[in-house]
Amino acid sequence: MNPFGNIKTIAKRELQAYFTSPVAYVFIIIFLLLNGFFTFMVGRFFANGVASLAGSFFMWHPWFYLFLVPAVGMRLWADERRVGTLELLLTMPIAPWEAIVGKFIASWLFLGLALFLTFPVVLTVNHLGSPDNGVIFAAYLGSWLMAGAYLAVSCITSAITRSQVVSFIVSVVACLFLILAGFPPVIDLLQTFGHWHWLVDFITSFSVITHFEGFQKGVLDSRDIIYFLSVIGFSLFTTSVILRTHRTS
Amino acid sequence: MIKVDNLIKQFGPKRAVDGVSFSVERGEVLGFLGPNGAGKSTTMRMLTGFLPPTSGKVTVGGHDMSEEPIAAKKLIGYLPESAPAYTDMTVYGFLNFAAEIRGLRGEAKKSALARVVELCFLESVLHQNVDTLSKGYRHRTCFAQSIIHDPEVLVLDEPTDGLDPNQKHEIRQLIRKMGEQKAIIFSTHILEEVDAACTRAIIIDRGVIVANGTPAELRRKSEWAGAVTLRILGQNAAEVRDKLSQLRSVKKVVVKESEGNGRVIAATVFPRTAGDSDLTREVIAVTNGWQVAELRTEEGRLDEVFYNITMKETETSGRDARATREAK
Repeated sequence: MNPFGNIKTIAKRELQAYFTSPVAYVFIIIFLLLNGFFTFMVGRFFANGVASLAGSFFMWHPWFYLFLVPAVGMRLWADERRVGTLELLLTMPIAPWEAIVGKFIASWLFLGLALFLTFPVVLTVNHLGSPDNGVIFAAYLGSWLMAGAYLAVSCITSAITRSQVVSFIVSVVACLFLILAGFPPVIDLLQTFGHWHWLVDFITSFSVITHFEGFQKGVLDSRDIIYFLSVIGFSLFTTSVILRTHRTS
Repeated sequence: MIKVDNLIKQFGPKRAVDGVSFSVERGEVLGFLGPNGAGKSTTMRMLTGFLPPTSGKVTVGGHDMSEEPIAAKKLIGYLPESAPAYTDMTVYGFLNFAAEIRGLRGEAKKSALARVVELCFLESVLHQNVDTLSKGYRHRTCFAQSIIHDPEVLVLDEPTDGLDPNQKHEIRQLIRKMGEQKAIIFSTHILEEVDAACTRAIIIDRGVIVANGTPAELRRKSEWAGAVTLRILGQNAAEVRDKLSQLRSVKKVVVKESEGNGRVIAATVFPRTAGDSDLTREVIAVTNGWQVAELRTEEGRLDEVFYNITMKETETSGRDARATREAK
């Protein structure tokens, strides 16, 4: 069978599994509640009086994803190893990369669905004023790409261990690094170390925040898109290496 | 169908499988025996392409497992030791997934699903979640997954483990029946299964094949093979022992007064060479005139062969090795 068919079969199974367990529903509800609370209460959406979602809605996403995406990704491989289904999966007539991509895509689509369900916010802002919907669309795209990058990192940590808890904690830390590398207080701290601007630039170039900023302003910079896609690609590749090493050693 | 050539698997300093070679053709059911930790599961994991061997070669239907893994895996159905199944799915969903990943679509998929559901008696739990199943049902669900594409090669790691006696019987029947058209390898540590289902058996110990043959051939290695047991009425025990001991092919005689003040004597005569059929004739000749209630030639005992091969030589040299292996 063609790789595309295999990936589809695996992604379909994974998505089915999400919705037969309460994980999916719990995740979506919490994600929406958090979004609502932070946008309207903490982000003071109404008080701002600006017909834009950048400052009140999207700015929280890197932080929501920090905890929520590892919760989605932690079971991807850890559970396969714990239950032993990894042995089934890898003795099926498919290439390991097809399984890796299929499982990733399923979770990414799931995150996309959760993100899509925040559409009432878009309706609200359109009702109240006339925002630039192109900017909002770009920010959504950026948010989804960022979620994909976090998810791919979670894939690695999930492949390392058979314990979901360990996977969760490690990926939160790894994703935290991706955020903090571009977090203004950290940048300030780095700059106090002297005049090594190249070092600061180098570290901040790893940050999701830096790359997400452009999307929030409605700028689709190919470098930002490539950044997220390369984090995903690199992480999935690392996952495949880890899965292979487990079997050889 | 399957050819295994000098397979070696090294886990750190420990050699789990050390130069295993065998082959299985269509129509054969190969029983894979051995004590726990002997390397049975590791060998099967290499056969099915889950573990890459440290060295050696696995060929399935002419396809090298390391060079054409997908072509080779297509021919295999595999039931892993723990009979894993996705717990967050229904039995139907799981089997449907297995069918699709094996490339079955439409009518072909439908009929394959119907076939395995019937063969494995899964009708009553079809829409139940896998994690609510009892162990027997879960096992059969995973077994159903392994035969859904009607594979030419079937690798079953302890297929009857955790089943009740009726289910064991059913699975053995199924294996024997399928074995007529497929190449089947199954591991077990239940010796009666060898007789019930195998055309050939391999005993593996500490990663090495220590015996390979049909169940009858293996049994002939037992000192019980060709032994004659008798029950004699109204004879003197010492006299019986004397007469039997003088037979030409005899190795040793065990005589017991079994019941009723020595009026019934049970005797066992072991042959000098295992499986020697002359002994039975000689015993019959010597018993002429005695009142014989029972006379039986033994076929040999697999459990004794198994014990002799895997334990006796271990007792002196291998005990330390075994202890470390079990600790691991």
